Amino acid sequence: MEKRLLLGVEAIAQGAIDSGLSGVYAYPGTPSTEITEYIQLSKQAIDRNIHREWSSNEKTAMEAALGMSYAGKRALVCMKHVGMNVAADCFMNAAVTGANGGLVIVAADDPSMHSSQNEQDSRMYGKFAQIPVLEPSSQQEAYDMTRYGFALSETVGSPVMLRVTTRLAHSRSGVRTGEVLPENKIKLPENPQQFILLPGIARKLYKLLLAKQADFKEASANSPFNLYKEGTDKSLGIIACGIGYNYVMECFGGRPPYPVLKISQYPLPRKQMKQILGECERILVVEEGYPVIEELLKGYPGDKRITGRLDGTLPRDGELNPDLLAQAFGLPVEEGASVPEVVAPRPPALCTGCSHRDVYNALNEVIRSYETGRVFSDIGCYTLGALPPFRAIHTCVDMGASITMAKGASDAGIFPAVAVIGDSTFTHSGMTGLLDAVNEKTPVTIIISDNESTSMTGGQDSAAFGRVESICAGIGVDPAHIRVLNPVPKNHEELCRMIREEIEYPGVSVIIPRRVCIQKARRDKKA
Amino acid sequence: MNTNIIIAGVGGQGILSIAAALGSAALTNDLYMKQAETHGMSQRGGDVQSFMRISDEPIFSDLIAKGKADIILSVEPMEALRYLPYLKKGGYVVTNSTPFVNIPDYPEMEALTQALENLPHRIVIDADAVAKEAAGNIRASNFVMLGAASPFIEIPFDYLEAGVRDIFTRKGESVVEMNLKALHAGRAFALARK
Ligand code: SF4
Repeated sequence: MEKRLLLGVEAIAQGAIDSGLSGVYAYPGTPSTEITEYIQLSKQAIDRNIHREWSSNEKTAMEAALGMSYAGKRALVCMKHVGMNVAADCFMNAAVTGANGGLVIVAADDPSMHSSQNEQDSRMYGKFAQIPVLEPSSQQEAYDMTRYGFALSETVGSPVMLRVTTRLAHSRSGVRTGEVLPENKIKLPENPQQFILLPGIARKLYKLLLAKQADFKEASANSPFNLYKEGTDKSLGIIACGIGYNYVMECFGGRPPYPVLKISQYPLPRKQMKQILGECERILVVEEGYPVIEELLKGYPGDKRITGRLDGTLPRDGELNPDLLAQAFGLPVEEGASVPEVVAPRPPALCTGCSHRDVYNALNEVIRSYETGRVFSDIGCYTLGALPPFRAIHTCVDMGASITMAKGASDAGIFPAVAVIGDSTFTHSGMTGLLDAVNEKTPVTIIISDNESTSMTGGQDSAAFGRVESICAGIGVDPAHIRVLNPVPKNHEELCRMIREEIEYPGVSVIIPRRVCIQKARRDKKA
Repeated sequence: MNTNIIIAGVGGQGILSIAAALGSAALTNDLYMKQAETHGMSQRGGDVQSFMRISDEPIFSDLIAKGKADIILSVEPMEALRYLPYLKKGGYVVTNSTPFVNIPDYPEMEALTQALENLPHRIVIDADAVAKEAAGNIRASNFVMLGAASPFIEIPFDYLEAGVRDIFTRKGESVVEMNLKALHAGRAFALARK
């Protein structure tokens, strides 16, 4: 057995490769991106020709992975938590079809919103779909549980969710790897109707999913990853999920006086839950994310024995850390000196030389001459245009929402309604919104700030590379109103003129300022 | 042994290479280690930090608790101060003195220098100048910093040398040598002022 230094997400990737993976499907999103990147660079994966290209979005990724599972092979699909929303249609139905080849879905949550719009807890999705959820507490478990997840998926015939949070995803540790399994051969589903969700068949398959719940519970009850640690002081019992377990252990140097139930597999192991609830006076539930278990145990009347995020023992939002746990246990926190006043906040900003800067400089200049102008933006580096010195955008909600929100605002009478979206976000979820606008000839000006890269997540290739204009034309934008320009400072006047002209055009226009992301260019040069 | 190090800097300054050398040193010597790092939005010129924990016993938390860091190793002077609540009593701040100014309200140098001078245990080093002089390239300044921190880290110095060698081997012997020179120069500077 070899020991390697791996990030939590890399441990998942290596675990999948060693499980006989045949394909990974994903759209980049922090903190999940490095799973796919690791597989893309892995010699093992290249030699075996494991599928490892990026997908256009999380839904296409999930569907392709389900297709590979249909064929009997092992597939991994990875996304950040909000990607689950995009993939949810397929995800929920994949629970009903079940899996054929092992299917593991990695949902990487981002409590404290280090790089996200919300801190939704993917365990809720697992519960919603009624499938097993795994939640590793360490890099080694991330590796081991990925392998376990593939085996479980095939044994119980269901997709399995592996949920991690930012801290484990982006923390490195030594990981011992195991035996490398061969890939599955193609093997079609035994039941030819397993993947046909016609109502008459879906009703049967749904009953089957309900019947499988007993298997999921049994797997949890016997899971090597759920652990009951006895303790002598029964005044408190601790239920600690995923990496929450580490913070508990840290507080007590690895030897807590209280009983601890470590949860790393759901549905909850009933017997162990009953044991801790039965033998301890008070319960502290330690969950990274929403108070899912706490709410369940507390119940609507509100059992006061159950403490955690809902009663203020731990904060209601944000990620956990050892200090918050120490406070919850009434242990001293030996905080060092305070931060001197001279320290200024240092928020992220667009790189010097970034093409989005030039786009916002021009857009700001033009929009200033219209009192009612509104700019609807999207998810990417260019969202930083909301901050000084630009303060150029008024919205950022979800992938693709710039175009459709601009459309709705225009329908409501706002003029000018401008959308700013990146090339990769456009192909992820902007194209269908553009079709809506084209069909109704809505007066919107759409700026696709094309830097030929998925930059926010590290410069992955953009699905629309070299084809943004032709996609827009294909969707039906009048080619006379598809305008491309390199937004270098010497073209500033021309870009301003272009924006002004297209704002005045009473229909859909698309402006494509195009210049490669400087980080992407640097990275490609190195490679 | 048990060492908690906060490595601080600004997105784009390459603090992860320092962490990588330490990580390699820990792993090849069968020590336990956990190292949490910042990816994502902050990498665009925001403040970034890496929590590095190395021990001969199993480590639980990926994060360092407040007041438990043995050392703050910062490649930028203002960033060195951001993590003081994590520094234990008697812990050292080892920082580069060259500011990285990418915000409009970056503090006056005088005020910043004063705040650094107020620290009871500190090594302030012009890593860029030392790197240029000792290694002939300011790009080695991160390893001047690791060298300057080395007297306060409970890891044998030859482990660190091996770590640096390990992460740069791919890039050729001259890059290895350059960074090793930087490492030695940083160490000498700190030992003279410890
Ligand atoms: S990474 Fe690229 S797109 Fe993002 S801010 Fe830097 S130059 Fe702009």
